[in-house]
Amino acid sequence: MQRILIVGATSAIAESTARRFAARGDALYLAGRSAERLQAIAADLKLRGAAQVDCFVIDARQFDRFAPLLQAASASLGGLDAALIAHGTLSDQAACQQSLELLREEFDVNAISVMALCGELANRFEAQGRGVIAVISSVAGDRGRQSNYVYGAAKAAVTAFTSGLRQRLYPKGVRVVTIKPGFVSTPMTAAFKKGALWATPDSVAADIVRAMDGGKAVIYTPGFWRPIMWIIRSVPETLFRRLKL
Amino acid sequence: MPTGVSWGRWPRTQQRIIPITHRFQPLPQAAPMLVFGNGRSYGDVCLNDGGTLLAARGLDRFIRFDTDSGVLECEAGVLISEIIALALPHGWFPPVTPGTALVTVGGAIANDVHGKNHHRAGTFGHHLLGFELRRSSGEILQCAPELNPDWFAASIGGLGLTGMIVSARLQLRRVPGAWIAGDSQRFGNLQEFFALAAQSDADYEYTAAWLDCAASGQRLGRGVFMRGNHVQHDAVPPRVRSLRFPLTPPVSPLNGLSVRLFNDLIFHRPAAQQTHALWHYQPFLYPLDSVLDWNRLYGPRGFFQYQCVLPPAAAGAALPEMLQLIARSRQGSFLVVLKQFGNLPSRGLLSFPRPGATLALDFPNRGEPTLRLLESLDVITRSAGGAVYPAKDARMSAQSFQQYFPAWRQLQDYIDPQFSSSFWRRVTGGW
Repeated sequence: MQRILIVGATSAIAESTARRFAARGDALYLAGRSAERLQAIAADLKLRGAAQVDCFVIDARQFDRFAPLLQAASASLGGLDAALIAHGTLSDQAACQQSLELLREEFDVNAISVMALCGELANRFEAQGRGVIAVISSVAGDRGRQSNYVYGAAKAAVTAFTSGLRQRLYPKGVRVVTIKPGFVSTPMTAAFKKGALWATPDSVAADIVRAMDGGKAVIYTPGFWRPIMWIIRSVPETLFRRLKL
Repeated sequence: MPTGVSWGRWPRTQQRIIPITHRFQPLPQAAPMLVFGNGRSYGDVCLNDGGTLLAARGLDRFIRFDTDSGVLECEAGVLISEIIALALPHGWFPPVTPGTALVTVGGAIANDVHGKNHHRAGTFGHHLLGFELRRSSGEILQCAPELNPDWFAASIGGLGLTGMIVSARLQLRRVPGAWIAGDSQRFGNLQEFFALAAQSDADYEYTAAWLDCAASGQRLGRGVFMRGNHVQHDAVPPRVRSLRFPLTPPVSPLNGLSVRLFNDLIFHRPAAQQTHALWHYQPFLYPLDSVLDWNRLYGPRGFFQYQCVLPPAAAGAALPEMLQLIARSRQGSFLVVLKQFGNLPSRGLLSFPRPGATLALDFPNRGEPTLRLLESLDVITRSAGGAVYPAKDARMSAQSFQQYFPAWRQLQDYIDPQFSSSFWRRVTGGW
C-alpha cells in the first residue's frame, strides 16, 4: 500500500489516476478547490478499494498553505510515499496577451505553485531518504507555439524545474517524474471532434501509474508524442516562425 | 460513439454539446436541452437536432454501496458494466440489464429498460429505490415510490424529458457467481417457441430466443431458445478481448445472401443444441459488447432497429404475418430476438414493456424501401394493439406513437420547459 498525495484531485486525469491507485488499495489524500467535489470523489474512491481517503480544500495560489497541506497529508496517512501534482488551468492565450495580471495569474497557478509544492515535497522526501514526486507538465512546454505559449511557457518552467530537481534528489533516493500528456479527451473536450491523437484519461492514468511505480523519469503519454515532439523541437526557427501552430 | 450520435447512426443531427462533469453543477440556460449518456439508444430519443446535449457520462461516481443489503447509490452516468465490476465480487448483480452493459443508469431509467429476465424481474424501474432529478429551474426533486410519486412515474421511461437524472439508488440482486448455467435448444416454429417459453419462465431467470428471419414456408419461425440461471462455478473467467470494428465500410456487407448464410449457420451450429451449457455472464448477456463499434458494420447510412411488443391474444397471428413480410421483403434482419414479457405492470407512465411477445430486429438503412417495410410492420403492430419501443426507434409516425402510448399527454405536464428531443418533436409535433 502506497500513501499518496494528489493535488488538483478533481481534474479528470487526476481522478482517473486515483481510481487506479484505489483499485490496488492505496491510501490517498486529495487536495483541491471544491470541498463537495473532493468529498464526492473520496466516497467513490473508497468504494473502489482505497484503504483511506481524506481531503484538503486549498487554492493553488495559497502558497503559504503548502507546508500545512503536507503536514496534514502526512499526519492523516501516517507518512507520505508519493505525490502527484495535477492541478492547472488552460490559459486563454488571447486574453493573456492583453493583461499582465492574467499572465501573472496563469504563471502563479501553472508554474510557481507547482515549483513551490515540489520544493516542499523535495525537502520532506530528502529528509526521509525516499519518495516519488510526479508532476503533470505538458507537451506544450516542449516548444512555444503562438496558439498557447503562455501556458506552454509555464509548463516549460515546470519541465526545466523538475529536471533540475531530479538531478538534485537522485543521490538521495527520491524520484522525480515529469509527465507530458498530449490531447486528452476529458468531459471538458466532449464537443471536439476527436482524431487519432486523442487519448482517454484512463490510458494517460495507466502511463502515470507505471512511471510512478518505477518507469521512465520523463514520459510522454500516449508514447507517440515523444517522436512527434522531437520533430517539432527539431524544426529550424526560420521555418518554425512561419508555421501556424 | 462520440457525443451526439446514436447507436443506429441515424439520423445525423447537429447540436451544441455542454459537458456535465460533477453532480453539483447547475444546468445551463441552453434550451432546448437533453441529457446524453453513452449513446446506446438506437434512434433519436437521445438526440436534439438544433438544440443542446448535456454530455453526462462524466457523472460516473459511486456514492454508497451497502454490501449487506445490496443497495447501491451512484451518479447517473455510471455504466451497468461498472456496476458489475464493483458489485459482482461482493455477490451482487444488476437486477435487470439490457443486451449491452454499456448503458448508463440514467439512460436505463429514462428508457425503463428490460432484459432477458423480464418475466421474473420486470423492468429497471422496478428496482429503483429513488433518484434525484434536477430541473432547469434549479429545483432538485427527490423521487421515490413514496416521494413525489408522480414525478417518479413520469421520469421512469420518461425519455429524459422531465429533467436531468443526477443520481439513483438501486436494489441489486444476489447472485452466487459470475456464471450462468442452462441450455439451448432449436425450435421449428412459433408454437414450439411459445411452449418453450411457457415451460421455462417459471424455472429460469433468463430466457430469450434467436429467430431465423430468413426462413420461410415450413421453416417460418424456427430459431434457438436459450435459458439460464446464475450459478457458482470455479472456472477461470474468459479473458474478454475487446475488438474494435475499425472502420465503416462504404457499402454494408449485410445483404440478403449474407444474412441467409449467417442465420443458417447460427441455426445449425452445434452450440444451438446443448443440454448442459455453462456461460460466463459476459457472452451470455452481452454477446456483442466484446466487438466495440459493431454498429459500423451497417455502413455509412446506419441502421434501424424495430422492437415491438404484441399482446398475448394477438401475438400468435401477428408474429407469422410479420415474419412472412420480412422474408418476402428480402431485407432480412441480421439478428432477431424474440422474448415473452411477463405480466408485472411497468412503473413508468411511458414504459414500453407490457404483457405479450416482444420481437426485435435490425435492418440496414436502405432508405425508402426500408422505411416502407417498417411502416408495414407498424400496421400489424397497431392492429394487434401492440407498441414500438421508443429507445430503438428513429421513424415511427406520430399517429403510431400516440396510439402505442396514450399516456403521452399526461407526460407533457412533467416535461421540463427547457427540455426536448428530436424524438419528442417528431412524435408529438411539439417544439
